[in-house]
Amino acid sequence: MKRREVMNAEVTPIKTAAETALADAFLRRQAALPGGREIAGLREAAFRRFERSGLPHRRVEEWKYTDLRALMREGKPLAQAPDASAKAAAKSAGAILAGLKAHRIIIVDGCFAPELSATAISGVTVTPFATAVANGEDEFLNSENSDTVLALNTALATDGAVIRVKSGTVVDRPIQLVFVHSAGKATAVFARSHVVVEPGATVTLVESHEGPDKLDYQINTALDLEVGRGAKVDHIKVTCEGDAALHLATLNARVSEAAELRDFTFTLGGAVVRNQLFVTCKGKRAQLSLAGASLLRGRQHADTTLMLDHAVGGSSSRELFKSVLDDESHGVFQGKIVVRPDAQKTDARMMSRALLLSPNAEADNKPELEIFADDVQCGHGATAGALDESLKFYLMARGIPEREAEALLIQSFVGEAIETISHEGVRADLMFAAVRWLRARSA
Amino acid sequence: MLEIKNLQVRVEDRQILNGLDLSVNAGEVHAIMGPNGSGKSTLAHVLAGKPGYEVTSGDVLLDGKDLLALGPDERAAHGVFLAFQYPLEIPGVATMTFLRTAINAQRKQRGEAELSTPEFMKRVRDAAAKLEINQDMLRRGVNVGFSGGEKKRNEILQMALLEPRLAVLDETDSGLDIDALKIVADGVNRLRSPQRSMIVITHYQRLLDYIVPDVVHVLSRGRIVRTGGKELALELEARGYAAYQDEAA
Repeated sequence: MKRREVMNAEVTPIKTAAETALADAFLRRQAALPGGREIAGLREAAFRRFERSGLPHRRVEEWKYTDLRALMREGKPLAQAPDASAKAAAKSAGAILAGLKAHRIIIVDGCFAPELSATAISGVTVTPFATAVANGEDEFLNSENSDTVLALNTALATDGAVIRVKSGTVVDRPIQLVFVHSAGKATAVFARSHVVVEPGATVTLVESHEGPDKLDYQINTALDLEVGRGAKVDHIKVTCEGDAALHLATLNARVSEAAELRDFTFTLGGAVVRNQLFVTCKGKRAQLSLAGASLLRGRQHADTTLMLDHAVGGSSSRELFKSVLDDESHGVFQGKIVVRPDAQKTDARMMSRALLLSPNAEADNKPELEIFADDVQCGHGATAGALDESLKFYLMARGIPEREAEALLIQSFVGEAIETISHEGVRADLMFAAVRWLRARSA
Repeated sequence: MLEIKNLQVRVEDRQILNGLDLSVNAGEVHAIMGPNGSGKSTLAHVLAGKPGYEVTSGDVLLDGKDLLALGPDERAAHGVFLAFQYPLEIPGVATMTFLRTAINAQRKQRGEAELSTPEFMKRVRDAAAKLEINQDMLRRGVNVGFSGGEKKRNEILQMALLEPRLAVLDETDSGLDIDALKIVADGVNRLRSPQRSMIVITHYQRLLDYIVPDVVHVLSRGRIVRTGGKELALELEARGYAAYQDEAA
């Protein structure tokens, strides 16, 4: 700590309780974290990055609407490896996607549970993160991304899944990463996963995150996703954390030439949720669809922050994000599309819409385009508003009661985003989850 | 069957209906004609229960039931149907889903069992075929990408399936060419029955060549100022509304 004060000429704010707890946790756990000396060095450097900036707050532009320093009041003790009963309870996790036939890989309190996981998948290798880094695999920890939350993850990541889909493989069923926080202790979990989809391969990757209500646990999860040349990847992340949980998630995706990435972020649960998506389109003729839907109530806060970098030209992307905000909930969407000077013929369209169901709900919508090329087609739109009263009257005039009419209109609103998911089973499960949310509202 | 007595309605601070009286017997078709701004659409909206209208005085009874005490959905379940002048588009809700939700919501409010899927499908197919509405339109979002004529046909399809006691057609002829008008009018005429009453609101006499009314009323400044047979519509067509605007003034 002293060293930092000497090295850093800037005025250093006093550490918050959470920052102090994180520093203590790192010091105590550092030696026991998986990985050899080189990885320990990467972790150390990442932690120093975090210490220099501290938890991001509202004066940091990317975190303007999600003041993590204020929202994260304390640091929780790091989770311990789950015991037998925690693992037994995790078997029934992933119920939101009950209709989905998937290869399930279960990660309990940030620990890969091989005995609960289907790792024998044709054309796919699945390795626990802890094993991979112990074997010296470190390239994905060496990210250029300087985000503070990701730096914390790199410093403290315990386990997760490392998946490699071999060239040309068409994976028969979706691979579902089921992240579970077990009941009982409010701990902090740092999970890290890495998925490489080699050229020409096709896979649907689903992530689900869940945990108990009334427990203020903290999740920091990150996924590095490499989409090889001509590969087709559907990635769907479903967040249904418990109602007091803090959930911070980072996606780092790189998309190669002629590849397709369809990404969907679905948020239902958690007290504070931040989904940050860093997507780089590094090859020509790539096609990206980045979409999401959030359904929030009570005092939930959910932030989706997208940073899409069209580094080379000739690719197209479509972004569609919807949020439904009831009670005193707060929805944030920040979407930034950068088109680099060489990225000519880029075609990017971004739309974000918020539907406010209560006068006390808040929507913040910040689309940004930074275009350095001159022959491109880019556009964005953002709306926030209440349900259309005349549409509601039209439905009611046909005999549909008010709450049912509202539900139908809300369903149509989020349905437009959910429809972008190409896997029928996932689409149906998420639509059903949205309908259940609406029924609970009407009840 | 329908009794409207001394109906007075305000919108914001403007008085639109000024003591309107109207009674329509079962099986009758009444036309309401009048100049722009006379209160025709307000009457239609108030009957259906659209928010934003303040009824300051008067009664509206359908089969003895006080409609003004009911919400729009309850009125529909009680047999009121409004064919909109400007049917709305609802992207993301398939016409089929919309029809089924509406029919079953009304049945539920009346304490009846839901329609079975085959029975529902059969009824929709039969009614749609008569109105020249194809299956593709039924799968699309409600009125999304429909032409003006298709939207009006879709209104009549809803009316056919919901089987109202009282149908109110608000300027159903507006924006229709003669072919579309004939399809819509034929659809309406097929739904005439001794148990069903209709109020046809129109500015022009043309629609009444195809939907021939039993009674014609002239509405001016929020009241009915003249009532006659179907020949009254022809007289209005020949002379215009000028006389009635003066009379009310």
